[in-house]
Amino acid sequence: MDTESTYSGYSYYSGRSRGSHRHGERSRDRHKSRIKESSRSEKSVTINAPPAEPLLGDQSVRGEEVQDDNWGETTTAVTGTSEHSLSQEDIVRISKDLDDSVGLDCKRYLNVALSVILGLVVFLTPLAFLILPHLLWPDRLRACGTACEGLYISVAFKLLILLLAVWALFFRPPRAGLPRIFVFRALLATLVLLFVLSYWLFYGVRILDSQDEDYQGIVQYAVSLVDALLFIHYLAIVLLELRQLQPFFSLCVTRSTDGATQHYNLGQLSIQRAAVVILENYYKDFPVHNPAMLTASKSRAAKHLAGLKVYNVDGPGGNNAAAGIAQSQSRAMIAAAARRRDSSHNDLYYEEAEHERRVRKRKARLVVAVEEAFTHIRRMQEEEKKKAPGDVMDPREAAQAIFPSMARALQKYLRTTRQQHLHSMESIQQHLAFCITNNMTPKAFLESYLTTGPTLQYGKDRWLARQWTLISEASVTSGLKDGTIFLLKCIDFSLVVTTKKIPYIKLDEEFIDPKSHKFVLRLQSETSV
Amino acid sequence: MSFIPGQPVSAVVQRIEIHKLYEGDNLILGFSIGGGIDQDPTQNPFSEDKTDKGIYVTRVSKGGPAEVAGLRLGDKIMQVNGWDMTMVTHDQARKKLTKKNEDVVRLLVTRKSLEETVRQSMMQH
Repeated sequence: MDTESTYSGYSYYSGRSRGSHRHGERSRDRHKSRIKESSRSEKSVTINAPPAEPLLGDQSVRGEEVQDDNWGETTTAVTGTSEHSLSQEDIVRISKDLDDSVGLDCKRYLNVALSVILGLVVFLTPLAFLILPHLLWPDRLRACGTACEGLYISVAFKLLILLLAVWALFFRPPRAGLPRIFVFRALLATLVLLFVLSYWLFYGVRILDSQDEDYQGIVQYAVSLVDALLFIHYLAIVLLELRQLQPFFSLCVTRSTDGATQHYNLGQLSIQRAAVVILENYYKDFPVHNPAMLTASKSRAAKHLAGLKVYNVDGPGGNNAAAGIAQSQSRAMIAAAARRRDSSHNDLYYEEAEHERRVRKRKARLVVAVEEAFTHIRRMQEEEKKKAPGDVMDPREAAQAIFPSMARALQKYLRTTRQQHLHSMESIQQHLAFCITNNMTPKAFLESYLTTGPTLQYGKDRWLARQWTLISEASVTSGLKDGTIFLLKCIDFSLVVTTKKIPYIKLDEEFIDPKSHKFVLRLQSETSV
Repeated sequence: MSFIPGQPVSAVVQRIEIHKLYEGDNLILGFSIGGGIDQDPTQNPFSEDKTDKGIYVTRVSKGGPAEVAGLRLGDKIMQVNGWDMTMVTHDQARKKLTKKNEDVVRLLVTRKSLEETVRQSMMQH
């Protein structure tokens, strides 16, 4: 009896909490009460599970009942159940906010510093090429006339164009922080550096050392450098911007908690860049993640498992037997679950029908209340402004004036659809003021509450934009391939991304002569003779 | 009654002799025909093979000369007075049936039940 009770306590609670091993005394009490329940219910078909208890509260209450002196040692840790996930979210969010406010991204600043240095070097090089001969051997230089001046103008304008082009392409605020370096940018920077270094090398050896007098040649050398830099900039545009525009892969993104799916067509990108594009689209395409909607399926799953208990008749064996025991236990549970006549599908059906009815009823009341509230407000006309009547309100005050008449209906509707944590009273009043200012109808005002919108629609604290992790088996700087699978993990959920290559489409042509469209009548005449 | 192009058609036929009746100025036979090579064969409710473009009897007026002579609804007319009716247009068929100087028309008609009767009688032997 003793061994049985401790063992069953483990099998029931081991999956739920990381408790200590001193469960024994407490679990015996609960076990006794459950034996009574199950013996009663053996005669009936359904086995009612004991109600799911919140774990932290349970431990403290039971400790006092049984007067276990060790209750101080046997505290459990917070687990990721749905009741506690919000608090864990808050903790992570706070820590990340601290990081943002205090720390600046070292990596980003390093990147910016390096690119600025490289840019300066690149710009000043042609100017240096032109100026250095004047500084070092001015007397020996052969003055060159109009040809040089023409070349000066061309250098100046090409440098200006290069400056504008680099500013347009590279000096944009970064849209994302990637885990690894951006391979193409690094390659281009290396190429530019090598290029400029080789030019300097040639200049240093052939021109500075020998103190060449042909100034026109030097100017032409500087012009060729600027031309080559413009071509490298063209290469940068093609590699960084143009190559991934042509769609090549179709990515299927599924959210792990509720299965919302979208498809995106992307070009040939590396996995980290594809992840950035997907996340940017996630914020506008996917409905906001609502953990309150998932509790129903979790409670059903808990009921399935909690109704059965597995007893080990042979007693705990050696190490080899432990794995075998676990396997046989789970198989026994699956078999028992399949055999018992489960009526939970019935409950689900009626529950969903009832819920739908309730939602529709609340929605009708809400729409009527809002329409009535909007009739109390009218925009002041031009003529009235001269008369200056008493109660003139700005949009915020007007919103506050009509809000109480619809507040209750709105609150009830949000509670029924489990959206109440997404909208605070302040945000609702702000939205109402916004709608009044822009002459929106009550239907337009209600649209953001009747349908769950994308994540961007809600406050910034729902975005969690800094807490994404890219999980991938292949290296994140490698390119997308057919069949690549990677995960984008946020705190509560993850996005599963699978890649498929867009099929190669072969089009055939068929020419139809416009004169070939001819028709005949279908005759079915009957003549009497 | 289906035909294979290029092969001679063989069918069990019944000879029917209809005497025309005077109705006012016209000589009538008392039935209606449908079909013909210029018509749509798929609309024919009486044919077994929906590509058969032959001439079929689509209506027999009660008590008329055709009914008296033994013509039935759904019969396929193979010959009229020796003229072939299996490969004619609708209008040609009508003309062959309504010649003003003929009092009597001798038809060769076929129907499915004829073949079955013949087969049954052959089996009895």
